[in-house]
Amino acid sequence: MANLKDVTKKTKAQEMGMHTEVLTGRTQQKFFNPDEAENFYYFGTYDVDFNKRTDLDVKDMTAAEANKKIDGLMSEGYGTIVIKNPQGKHSLGVGILNKLNLIFEGSLGYFGIGSCDGPVVRINGRVGWSCAENLMAGKVVIEKNAGSCFGAAIRGGDLICKGSVGARTGIDMKGGTIIIGGDAGAFTGFMMQRGRIIILGDVGINLGDSMYDGTIFIGGEIGSYGSDAVPSELTKSDQDWLKRKLKVAEIGANFDVSKMTKVVAGKKLWNYDNLEPTEKKGAI
Amino acid sequence: MCGIAGLIHRNKSSNVGSELQGMLQALKHRGEDSTGYALYGDTDGKNFIARIKIGENVGEGSSSVAEDVSVYDERKKVVDDCIKELGAKIVKEERILPYSLRYEIEYNKKDLLEFSQKIESIPGVEILSMGKSLEVIKDLGNAKMVCERYNLDKLVGTHAIGHARMATESGVDIKSAHPFWGYPFSDVSVVHNGQLTNYWNNRRVLENKGMRFMSECDSELIAVYLAEKMRSGATLEEGMKESLSGLDGVFTYFVATKNSLGMAKDTMAAKPLVLYESDDLVAMGSEEIAIRSVLPQEIDTYDPFDGEVKVWQI
Repeated sequence: MANLKDVTKKTKAQEMGMHTEVLTGRTQQKFFNPDEAENFYYFGTYDVDFNKRTDLDVKDMTAAEANKKIDGLMSEGYGTIVIKNPQGKHSLGVGILNKLNLIFEGSLGYFGIGSCDGPVVRINGRVGWSCAENLMAGKVVIEKNAGSCFGAAIRGGDLICKGSVGARTGIDMKGGTIIIGGDAGAFTGFMMQRGRIIILGDVGINLGDSMYDGTIFIGGEIGSYGSDAVPSELTKSDQDWLKRKLKVAEIGANFDVSKMTKVVAGKKLWNYDNLEPTEKKGAI
Repeated sequence: MCGIAGLIHRNKSSNVGSELQGMLQALKHRGEDSTGYALYGDTDGKNFIARIKIGENVGEGSSSVAEDVSVYDERKKVVDDCIKELGAKIVKEERILPYSLRYEIEYNKKDLLEFSQKIESIPGVEILSMGKSLEVIKDLGNAKMVCERYNLDKLVGTHAIGHARMATESGVDIKSAHPFWGYPFSDVSVVHNGQLTNYWNNRRVLENKGMRFMSECDSELIAVYLAEKMRSGATLEEGMKESLSGLDGVFTYFVATKNSLGMAKDTMAAKPLVLYESDDLVAMGSEEIAIRSVLPQEIDTYDPFDGEVKVWQI
């Protein structure tokens, strides 16, 4: 039988003041242990040099071939890769768990940049449905429009679309920031659990429907609020953060953030708290 | 899943048969149980073109019951006699496959209801399309297979819509394949991606109003629904806008008439659509790769929003 007295022993993270919560009831909370930091690495990641640059023409490649080639180039130390002729292919640039400058000279199809952690990606075109799904960290910039389910279930990083996006942007997102320069469709922030969404233009019906937590900022008209989404006071701190974020994102330079509408969850879920992976990294 | 594609050239004609084949073939991973084309060809506009099915493709994967080819021959004779009885004249006929007929018909009445009802009263016979420009061709297999089977790659016209089908709600057969003709309206066709959840409720109402259904495919409802609206005096665009609330479920669909091409997307925006629009051409499809087959260069495309209806003229 487990020694219940051990439970009261402070972890190193608690000694560092990182966890002050007193949790009761059922919880799945599991703290990061800094003593095991060296064990945190991704298998198959590479040391790359951002100054080492190459082009890759994927016109006659399948998505699997192109992704394998990107991986091969990273293994050779290339830190900046320019993809030519993506031509709307699906599932390009997925599963990159590396620091990398990845530039697409053209548009992507569905599920581009999925399940990535770390790369900085610029797409000089548009993207189809479910771009950057499950992004953990890094930055993805889309110069034109994006399809539906943009940034679905992201946990961290910045996801920026300079044009307009389809429906269900940020669905199920658990962290990170999504910034949209144009308009967004219906069900934006549907079931979002954490993180921030910034829409400079108009947004469709059912904004923030069933959201648990997180914050949505809207610059234009709102089609309608979804269940559990409510407007909230836009504080000075919010405005400062918005200005900083838009500046870093190189979007909306002269946008008046003071007129944005802030939307939050109207309900709080019981015992809903956990450290995000990005915070864990910061603790190392 | 299913994939849909469509394009319209403004102020010019093009090889729309070949272009649509490329678009639909790019979407074949979305379903290749059957593929259908609605092509609006260049004609002199004098005669009607009727695409008539007198049997089913009973090849591999088909859910239809095999019939002897002699049955098709008998049906063809009855169809020919029936056309004469209706006061119409067959100007040209082609029997591309044992079960597929293409007729050019001289028929002076504008209302095709009587004609259609009479022909379709023959058991096993269905008019796939009828119009001065429209030709609906649909069969089992992917876009390339159907295109080659019916020699569609040379067809020149202004616009076209098509469908790559993964059968989910009904059988793998030609009668359930898209596009659906907007019976009995000349030159109206529909393709759809999605599921309609109030199909039976709507069907019962429409059948009580005298509208005809040939399959149990939920997508056919859209063609019948729009046809009924137009019969009641609504314009195509008005009918499409009403469909956003009248049809329940998830859908993106295209409608084409002799001079126009339209799209509608449900209020949940649950089904994909990517759209390219310029002064010369509008091309759209379930995925961007469909558009890339006709426009390989870098282009600006976008996803229409929820509840959006658009109609373009040639």
